[in-house]
Amino acid sequence: MCPCKTLSVFRREFKSYFDSPVAYVFLVAFLVLVGFLTFGFSSYYERGQAVLTPFFIWHPWVYLLLVPAATMGLWAEERRNGTIELLLTMPITLTEALLGKFLAAWTFIGVGLALTFPILITTSYLGNPDWGAVICGYVGSFFLAGAATAIGVFASSLSRSQVIGFVVALAILFTLLIIGFDPVLGAIAGWGVPTYVTDALSSCSLLKHYMSLGRGVLDFADVGYYVGMIVFMLAAAQYVTDCRKAS
Amino acid sequence: MLKVDNLKKRFGDFEAVKGISFAVEKGEVLGFLGPNGAGKSTTMRMITGFIPPTSGTASICGHDIIKDPIAAKACLGYLPENAPSYRAMTVTEFLTFVARIRGFHGKAARAKVDAALEKARLTNVARQTIDTLSKGYRQRTCFAQAILHDPQVLIMDEPTDGLDPNQKFVVREMIKEMAAEKAIIISTHILEEVDAVCTRALIIAQGEIKADGTPDELRAKDPSGKLDVVFHNLTMGKEGN
Repeated sequence: MCPCKTLSVFRREFKSYFDSPVAYVFLVAFLVLVGFLTFGFSSYYERGQAVLTPFFIWHPWVYLLLVPAATMGLWAEERRNGTIELLLTMPITLTEALLGKFLAAWTFIGVGLALTFPILITTSYLGNPDWGAVICGYVGSFFLAGAATAIGVFASSLSRSQVIGFVVALAILFTLLIIGFDPVLGAIAGWGVPTYVTDALSSCSLLKHYMSLGRGVLDFADVGYYVGMIVFMLAAAQYVTDCRKAS
Repeated sequence: MLKVDNLKKRFGDFEAVKGISFAVEKGEVLGFLGPNGAGKSTTMRMITGFIPPTSGTASICGHDIIKDPIAAKACLGYLPENAPSYRAMTVTEFLTFVARIRGFHGKAARAKVDAALEKARLTNVARQTIDTLSKGYRQRTCFAQAILHDPQVLIMDEPTDGLDPNQKFVVREMIKEMAAEKAIIISTHILEEVDAVCTRALIIAQGEIKADGTPDELRAKDPSGKLDVVFHNLTMGKEGN
């Protein structure tokens, strides 16, 4: 595998976000939503504590809406425009192309996350936050974004329609988020589902692993979960793209 | 330079390509003729490694497209049907992207891009966004990416389809200019293309080769001496008469 080829695809994809207003709309929507939810809904100031919990807690739900928007075109547009035929008849493997696209989308969302730094500055101005927890929160959020992006890449590979790419990614993400939600797990258990099944469902949840990272515990099991999810979704995207590229 | 060996492609119960074999040498421009749905594009997509054949294989400059696809694709220039390109990019950005994928970086990439712009007569629109170009220029932009790395084998799927007579003339001139140095395949259903650029033609219908020869040899297959009559007889059979 050649990193230069992956890098070429990465550069093209990353730049393509900024070639249209998409990038700016996305970044503004991300920052406005995160800011509004943090300050408006989570009583950030009223807590009297210099913590970023009310900020990080909203990230999964903001990603739920915005990551599918950033990933829906990655393969769907290639297929709709026929450029997939151009790309995959050049001396580049599907894995190299797929990785380039995934990394571009992940980095783009990472830029959005990095632009939340004023909230960090505000918190450190108001008090003395636990920097370990802050770093852990950002790492967790970035990995969550990576897993969501990989799910979006997979959804985009399913058809030549961006709308389908968006809706499928949203549905998968929503399912993987709510199965870690206690009321949902309680409802499932209420149907007579055995505990080991609800435990298994809970351990598959994006939310559960995010919450433990958000508490400031950098557990390799959580990081491993996200890496596993990314690898699994990209492998699925590769399989689907390979089978359906000509359709 | 290009060898196609008993290529077959089946989609479910439908056999789109039923065992096609041929070879193209340097200096040859092979016209790949056939009505719509004859299996031309499917065959080209298998030769270029875009879709896998059900059986059979193709080799480009000695590299098997199934066993060694990256080396085979490196020797190949391909202009797909409808000349796709990344329309939000400028012509130069697009060609630079292709150059990088093909392993050229820095000054080498710039030199390749400049040479391709010149050969495809695109220098005056180099900084324009592809989306703003006319169909003829977009076709030539995709043509430029196909010849950027000076490939030994060039495959073009309907390169003049939908172009006005002047644009067709320009594309044909470009093909003639590089014909001596390369093995070229042009798929088309426009018969005038054969006389304009091809040294040899294959007529394909229902996924099979119906005739293979120089334009004069093909004309000799009917007393009228007209290529369109020969084409009609071979591709439609008796029911078409």
